[in-house]
Amino acid sequence: MATVAKLFETMEYGPAPESDAPALEWLRQHDNGRFGHFVNGRWVQPTEGQYFETINPATKAVLARVAQGSKADVAAAVAAANAAAPAWAALPGHARARYLYALAREVQRHSRLLAVLESLDNGKPIRETRDLDIPLVARHFYHHAGWAQLRDTEFPGYVPIGVVGQIIPWNFPLLMVAWKVAPALAAGNTVIMKPAEFTPLTALCFAEIAQAAGLPPGVFNVVTGDGATGTVLVEHPDVQKIAFTGSTEVGRIIRKATAGSGKKLTLELGGKSPFIVFDDADLDSVVEGVVDAIWFNQGQVCCAGSRLLVQEGVADRLTQKLRARMEKLRVGSPLDKAVDMGAIVAPVQLERIRGLVEKGVEEGAKMWQPSWACPTEGYFYPPTLFTEVSPAATIAQVEIFGPVLVSMTFRTPQEAVELANNTPYGLAASVWSENINLALDVAPKLKAGVVWINSTNLFDAASGFGGYRESGFGREGGREGMYEYLKSDWEKGLGPGASGVTRAVPVANASAPQAPGPKPQALPPIDRTYKLFIGGKQARPDQGYSRKIVGPDGRVLGEVAEGNRKDVRNAVEAAHAATGWGRGSGHMRAQILYFVAENLATRAEEFAARVGREEVAASIARLFTYAAWADKWDGAVHHTPIRGVTLAMNEPVGVLGIATPDDFPLLGFVSLVAPAIAVGNTTIVIPSEPSPLAATEFYTVLETSDVPDGVINVITGAKDPLAKVLADHDDVDGIWYFGTAAGVKAVELASAANMKRTWAFARSRDWLDPRQGEGREFLRHASEVKNIWIPYGE
Amino acid sequence: MKVTSERLRTVGIVRPVLTDDRNPGVPLDLDVIRGLRVNRSAVERRAATIPTRRTVKKEWQAAWLLRAITCMDLTTLQGDDTPGNVLRLCAKARRPLRPDLVDALGVGHLDIKVGAVCVYHALVPTAVAALEGSGIPVAAVSTGFPAGLSPFAQRLEEVQASVAAGAQEIDIVITRAHALTGDWPALYAEVRAFRDACGRAHMKAILGTGDLATLTNVARASMVAMMAGADFIKTSTGKESVNAVLPVGVVMVRMIREYEMRTGSAIGFKPAGGIRTAKQALDWLILMKEELGDRWLRRALFRLGASSLLTDIERQLEHFVTGRYAAAHRHPMV
Repeated sequence: MATVAKLFETMEYGPAPESDAPALEWLRQHDNGRFGHFVNGRWVQPTEGQYFETINPATKAVLARVAQGSKADVAAAVAAANAAAPAWAALPGHARARYLYALAREVQRHSRLLAVLESLDNGKPIRETRDLDIPLVARHFYHHAGWAQLRDTEFPGYVPIGVVGQIIPWNFPLLMVAWKVAPALAAGNTVIMKPAEFTPLTALCFAEIAQAAGLPPGVFNVVTGDGATGTVLVEHPDVQKIAFTGSTEVGRIIRKATAGSGKKLTLELGGKSPFIVFDDADLDSVVEGVVDAIWFNQGQVCCAGSRLLVQEGVADRLTQKLRARMEKLRVGSPLDKAVDMGAIVAPVQLERIRGLVEKGVEEGAKMWQPSWACPTEGYFYPPTLFTEVSPAATIAQVEIFGPVLVSMTFRTPQEAVELANNTPYGLAASVWSENINLALDVAPKLKAGVVWINSTNLFDAASGFGGYRESGFGREGGREGMYEYLKSDWEKGLGPGASGVTRAVPVANASAPQAPGPKPQALPPIDRTYKLFIGGKQARPDQGYSRKIVGPDGRVLGEVAEGNRKDVRNAVEAAHAATGWGRGSGHMRAQILYFVAENLATRAEEFAARVGREEVAASIARLFTYAAWADKWDGAVHHTPIRGVTLAMNEPVGVLGIATPDDFPLLGFVSLVAPAIAVGNTTIVIPSEPSPLAATEFYTVLETSDVPDGVINVITGAKDPLAKVLADHDDVDGIWYFGTAAGVKAVELASAANMKRTWAFARSRDWLDPRQGEGREFLRHASEVKNIWIPYGE
Repeated sequence: MKVTSERLRTVGIVRPVLTDDRNPGVPLDLDVIRGLRVNRSAVERRAATIPTRRTVKKEWQAAWLLRAITCMDLTTLQGDDTPGNVLRLCAKARRPLRPDLVDALGVGHLDIKVGAVCVYHALVPTAVAALEGSGIPVAAVSTGFPAGLSPFAQRLEEVQASVAAGAQEIDIVITRAHALTGDWPALYAEVRAFRDACGRAHMKAILGTGDLATLTNVARASMVAMMAGADFIKTSTGKESVNAVLPVGVVMVRMIREYEMRTGSAIGFKPAGGIRTAKQALDWLILMKEELGDRWLRRALFRLGASSLLTDIERQLEHFVTGRYAAAHRHPMV
């Protein structure tokens, strides 16, 4: 008791430990800390009998031994999920809703066990698992119980994808389980979950919860293991979708591994998210924002605001305030309720952080750490601030995934946006300003899937989360997230990767009025040269070659330009120059699409001679469809638990490469280009390879229809090689490909370089059927959903 | 106190080095006032995590609760106050803890007593007499408390009268209308005049934050009051519908930090109204330690305005000592 008097003078914080006894007892009760896989509703031992250890990174103590998943283990889990899939998908939504509700309630009932277990396994502070991770897990299941209930009415015409493989990271182990499992189950899929090697315990605990909730066997399976286990899962032919969260490096490997397989894919990858501070921001609140941005979860957050961009005039003041705040941060035992930062997950991660910090110092940036020291017994790293960092520095470019903040200055809002977007990533961004005009002007200009105004790291099940660029594709949460686990019901009959059976081009091009060849007139026809269409101009091909287009009867119908990679390059540049198109109004784009339809209609007979009346009529109607949509592709205001609004804005993907189907020379072209430009994208279009003349005629329609230069560029030639050039191009944001299975694979493989979004389809589609040929599916592929969180209140 | 050259250099403002522990005030700088920015949602998020990011347990909690007692302005501000209940209050102020608890905690030598006793002017002589020799100052609420709308001359006279009656601390109330209408020069002049009237008595400026409508107004009123020479800024009279709440506290202590950075003067902070539990007292102490530092954990720069808080602290300390939950009726009433 004598110490009370002493403490009265020092007024220091004492230890405030959360007990780990119940969690350790839970581990002990499970075969003395040895866990098998959870397959088909039962715990099974690994077929090869291999286990690996999972440790507490704060103490290095071994917590448990966990099964190493083999090929046979994965196969068993996939078989179980496959067997369970039809019945689960056929359950009424209300029944699935009851299961998800039960999961939410179970999570809440065991919240402290999960929180402690998570903290032990990962090293993150109990405060975060208790106040953030676990409540968000429960919230996610509640929210998706709702989507299960509403699936049939809110997503008519959609069915579940089937068997889904999910591979999750170690930074938010159970939260990632929830983000993946809740929408998958709500939509009616069955799941094989592969938790991270470093942090498998809460997923295993959750398996027990699923068991207790009475989830039918095989609906949810857990196979633990390392990257090799993940690879087996990714490559398993019966898995119809892979959802992955983790590093961009591994995401790239998965993109390549699944290329051409027909598997659907969502990737939530790395980031180097900007945290932008304007000089009219509440700087004291900015400081707390930075704490939540980069010292939350030891900085091991994919969307961490790791690049601080500060307006020059307030940079010194902010740095001073930040340093004062950093002195007050507390690093220590993750189970202490009064620490801000716990342990780094594993030695390999700690080494990476140390290495990058050393590199930063070597490269001349100014490093600052608080005066206090970290605990030495576990894997700890102190909060670190770099100033005088140039955008070229390694630490300004690469994702550190640790508590390391790099700070740079800007002069103007425009420069802030340029610096913010000067990265291959595009996951999240924070914007701090008390000027609503400025904040809401900047937010749409940022290449990021999530933008937080005067806030940071806000998450909710009702709001989509996911990246632009090399931060991956797909969204988790909200209505947009549900689509990632659904497919159109007309696709149901088609197996994955089924080879396309294309229809014969319906009409011989022979009757085309301008086609060369003998004619009854006395005079020979006037020769017609079809060029490329780049930047609003008819352009000769770079190499000066042409290719002959031959009709079904073997007659030469004409010659089109043979586009090559330089032509693609020029077209991409023209498309970039035209991105103002996306900033214009939907009404403006609608008017132009109507005008295109009008001008096509005046030349309907001429086009009908090439492709038949039915296709021309359908093309005109389709242009009307997207003219109609252009000012109606609304976003949403999500109901997130803040005083404020969360705007889900549909933004254009950017510059899209589009390789159109061979068998609908005009309708295929229109059906893809019209939704792309209706949303505001600019395009480089590769027409039907055997029948390009409808497209080359069509560009003259575009010329007369006020389509701005560069919005639609047309490159004729060999489709697959041209598509490959587009897929390889790092400044193309997305590529759509409709063609052969080999072409799909090539495009998906090449797209991995910059992780451009792909929509590649080798199966036949009846473009005349509006269910298959138009609608929201096309608009969704043409859009990125950006969620902008705007808390308010004076 | 010392103003380091480092601090002055970084903010680009040169002020004289201060030697007195009073706040001399500075000229009203409207550019500073108008440049203050407060983001309510962000402040609320910070306030919400003050109690969740930090906690103190066991011996530490006991020590912190003792500290809270020493920072307490034990208060009675009721229409039915009489010398009788004020005497009782003063007796409690001298001996806020049961002797057996003091012994059990081993803090007899610390002479734990409250920071001040706070009463209306009419009860100042009673309190001064009752506290004589204890070292506990008497604080008087003044200037037409709680609305502060009586004639200006009378408000000044009231301050002088309370000082003359022996009050060593004067809690003045500002004219909220000045803040609500943005008439910062008027507010500055008013507070400056009260400060002059206080003479050697320390002045706490009650902002009546529950009446100020926005956190930006709270920030600006805080800064004006400090520029005008307030030694403390205080949240509330206890009579507004919303009294001391953490988001307001976050804004006010940040203004204190800002003022210190600009001038070198350390201003005290007093949350008052609605603080009834030991847990709340700890939250306020944590706020001070986190946002301002350990200097603000002492009565010279921190006070808790409270009436019933002391009883809850006593109960918690008894629980710490005995391991059993305590009953209020087993502690001498305030």
